[in-house]
Amino acid sequence: MSTTVIPDAPVRTSKTVESPAKRRQRLSSGTLIAIVGLLLAVAAFTSTGTSRIALSDAFDEIKLPTIEVPAVPVVALAAAVLLFVGGFFVAKRVPKPYSTWLGVLAGVALLVGFIVWVAADAPLPFTLTNQLNGTLQYATPIMLGAMCGVLSERAGVVNVAIEGQMLTAAFTASVVAGLTKNLWAALFAAVLAGVLSAVLLGIFALKYLMDHVVLGVVINLLATGFTGFMFHQLVKDSPDLNAVAVMQPVAIPGLSQLPFVGPILFVQRPLSYIAIVSVVVVWFVLYKTKWGLRVRSVGEHPHAADTVGINVVGTKFSSVLLGGVFAGLGGAFFTIGNSGAFQTTGVTAGNGFIALAAVIMGRWHPVLAALMALFFGFSRQLAQTVGPLQTPMPSEFLQALPYLITIIAVAGLIGRVRGPAADGVHYVKGH
Amino acid sequence: MSTTTHSAPVLHLEGITKRFGSLTANDSITLDITPGRIHCLLGENGAGKSTLMNVLFGLLEADEGRITIGDQPLLAKGPKEAMDAGIGMVHQHFMLIPVFTVAENMVLGSEPGRAGLLSISDARARVRELSERYKLDVDPDALVEDLPVGLQQRVEILKALAGGARYLILDEPTAVLTPQEIDELMAVMRALRDEGRAIVFITHKLREVKEVADDITVIRRGKVVGQATPDASETELASMMVGRDVSLQVSKAPARPGEPRLVLDGVTVAAPSGAVAVDDLSLTVRGGEIVVIAGVQGNGQTELAEALLGTLPVAIGTVTLDGVDITDAPPAETLRAGLGYVPEDRRRDGFVGEFSIAQNLVINNLREFANRGNLRLDAIEANAIERIEEFDIRTSSHTAPLNSLSGGNQQKVVLARELSRDLSLLLANQPTRGVDVGAIEFLHKRIVAERDAGTAVLIISTELEEVESLADSIAVMYRGRIVGIVPPDTPREVLGLMMAGVSYEDAIAGREGSGE
Repeated sequence: MSTTVIPDAPVRTSKTVESPAKRRQRLSSGTLIAIVGLLLAVAAFTSTGTSRIALSDAFDEIKLPTIEVPAVPVVALAAAVLLFVGGFFVAKRVPKPYSTWLGVLAGVALLVGFIVWVAADAPLPFTLTNQLNGTLQYATPIMLGAMCGVLSERAGVVNVAIEGQMLTAAFTASVVAGLTKNLWAALFAAVLAGVLSAVLLGIFALKYLMDHVVLGVVINLLATGFTGFMFHQLVKDSPDLNAVAVMQPVAIPGLSQLPFVGPILFVQRPLSYIAIVSVVVVWFVLYKTKWGLRVRSVGEHPHAADTVGINVVGTKFSSVLLGGVFAGLGGAFFTIGNSGAFQTTGVTAGNGFIALAAVIMGRWHPVLAALMALFFGFSRQLAQTVGPLQTPMPSEFLQALPYLITIIAVAGLIGRVRGPAADGVHYVKGH
Repeated sequence: MSTTTHSAPVLHLEGITKRFGSLTANDSITLDITPGRIHCLLGENGAGKSTLMNVLFGLLEADEGRITIGDQPLLAKGPKEAMDAGIGMVHQHFMLIPVFTVAENMVLGSEPGRAGLLSISDARARVRELSERYKLDVDPDALVEDLPVGLQQRVEILKALAGGARYLILDEPTAVLTPQEIDELMAVMRALRDEGRAIVFITHKLREVKEVADDITVIRRGKVVGQATPDASETELASMMVGRDVSLQVSKAPARPGEPRLVLDGVTVAAPSGAVAVDDLSLTVRGGEIVVIAGVQGNGQTELAEALLGTLPVAIGTVTLDGVDITDAPPAETLRAGLGYVPEDRRRDGFVGEFSIAQNLVINNLREFANRGNLRLDAIEANAIERIEEFDIRTSSHTAPLNSLSGGNQQKVVLARELSRDLSLLLANQPTRGVDVGAIEFLHKRIVAERDAGTAVLIISTELEEVESLADSIAVMYRGRIVGIVPPDTPREVLGLMMAGVSYEDAIAGREGSGE
């Protein structure tokens, strides 16, 4: 149509060469996958008989058949897949989409192989519905915590205080539930506590320009100290404050009757439903609203946002505060949401940090972060499901498994990810 | 074309003073910005041009002085007020968010949509409408980080125009552009002027000023030192800028190339992201000649320099210096092999700002200035005094921290340090970036002297003036490859086309084709 002004301009190449860092990552993940494959191969030959995988449990109305598979060939096949993928990674460079698919294939093979091996010749079947239902339950606080992390980090405030925010909220929910005997009032109080701790984070990070990581650690310590002190002074010996009701699972009429998915998705405690809605809300707010665009802009390039008249500090603050709402909801899970009165400052059990890991592995995207939270929930529930099956594996190892998987996933398979460009950077006008 | 904005009043800055601590960046500056004219602010780096414009745009608050538009005082507490008053600014470092699309960047701060929702389709429409109106083509859905700098700048200009700018400030807009892109930009500037807008064009490049300016104001050390008209000669403008007579041309004898000293054979280097930055590049530099790698920033020059030094790995190919294979050798080895290295960003890679001049002068040569781990302080001091004298480093004392020196004097320290060793190859990346015109002259002379001493000299530069005045031969680099090696008297248009990837033959043909 139009004549080219510059004759014979070369076409832009998109060639890449493997950098040493990427090569190291590829080789190490390949080796790791291959080693796991070898372990599974050894496991295959030590297992005998059949594995039973149940698709429904004794209380479900619609009974689904229990699948029986011969253990040795299935585990051996899974091991072979892992060895193949690992060998492939070690042998040659795999371009981007294929490497992801190969990684997913290896993950699925590992899961199938592991579950079948665990269930081989066990006295009880491995109940898949329980596993998946529990996954969502364990993932609930992680998902909510991750939403808090996504909101503050997208605005450029590094948040390692999720744990402390959740702990404060957990305690507040318990006390208010004891006082009012109203779980919704308690939930509201938890949200308020989450927001208040976010105010603390916001003021010191944005007004007094304190280092975000140091500040986060301080808030976590403060939360432990404060809740522990208050618990011992006020709550411990007061039977009134110590007796707290728990939100019971709510079966959604109709949907919960569906075979297989019903008992997994639609018989959950209220906070699990709230968590799923929260993910959608955070995604919508960040990507579909004006405010969300501004939040992302101040996390990436605050100076640019300033030059178009955006209130940088105000925007960051508002996002941190909104994050506090989700940390509050997540914290409530540990008391009124799932288990009752606040008994120890250990209730949050590192979930806030796992939420942070989910944020990073999910590349600061709410939906991906939620999927990562589900992944952590899955591995935690796996330890529970496998427990009664009399596996040859010590239960301590099973408990540690989720964390082991986290390290492997973060270090080996995910590698370096790029966060918001100005995450953790103070913004001062005129510099 | 309708001239809807021709009635805009004059923007008047009066007695603007801005201090940073003890430094007076702007000292009582008075300036008139008239609609329908291109007003060039000419001054060296650090003269206070950008500070002045940041004050005008509301990013900085002036300590004294006032700004009026017509008879209305402008009280810009922030960019928002400045934009509302019709002031738009295209910043030297683009104020674009790399991971956002063009449309998202364009509407940021004044997003379309109801009830807090963001309407991307309206944003796209707005971009299309603007790019149609000003004949500046951009794809609304492209990610900014994927666009070449010329297009990013176009987005910046459209962004300013979208805000209804009647007074458009362009802060050093040509620094990152190819010569062709600069020509396009100047055409855009003229078109906007003819529409009745006022353009403030900040630069330190004399040729550009002469080409496009209607009014010229020269600023030196925060003060207006005078006005000039576009028919003033470059030498006149330069001496106004520097405050004394300067010669813009380096007089040098013809090169007498000797044996090849640096040989690059099929070198491929990946940027840390894994993208190929230097692509199968072969080049030979002989002793006693200056080869200048010319090209637009971001075409692999930085990666090439870092690979030669040894801070980036060479993926494929070999590098030899005086017959010794230094491929992938760590910096300690390449430096010992006789490499003198002047980095692109001296503040980051060239020196330790808190250390004194004397310390910085020996920092990569401690072997010579230490005795079993103890620094030989008297030798270091003697060395410093000698170098300060030899390189005309303007300082109160050799114990002064390097941060306290001007850019030009800092660069002299870096060059002095490198040249005080026995070199086989001097590799200087942007040796005069951010250096005042007076010091440029000196640095160029020293580099030529090093050539005459038989050293192979490889310069990387994006400034055509520097390329032309230093080079014995020019290697034009584009997307990691050498497009061609041409003599220094190659016409600028040809160099410009080559910097956009056109081969020498095609560039010559294209020039003749369009010239007649």
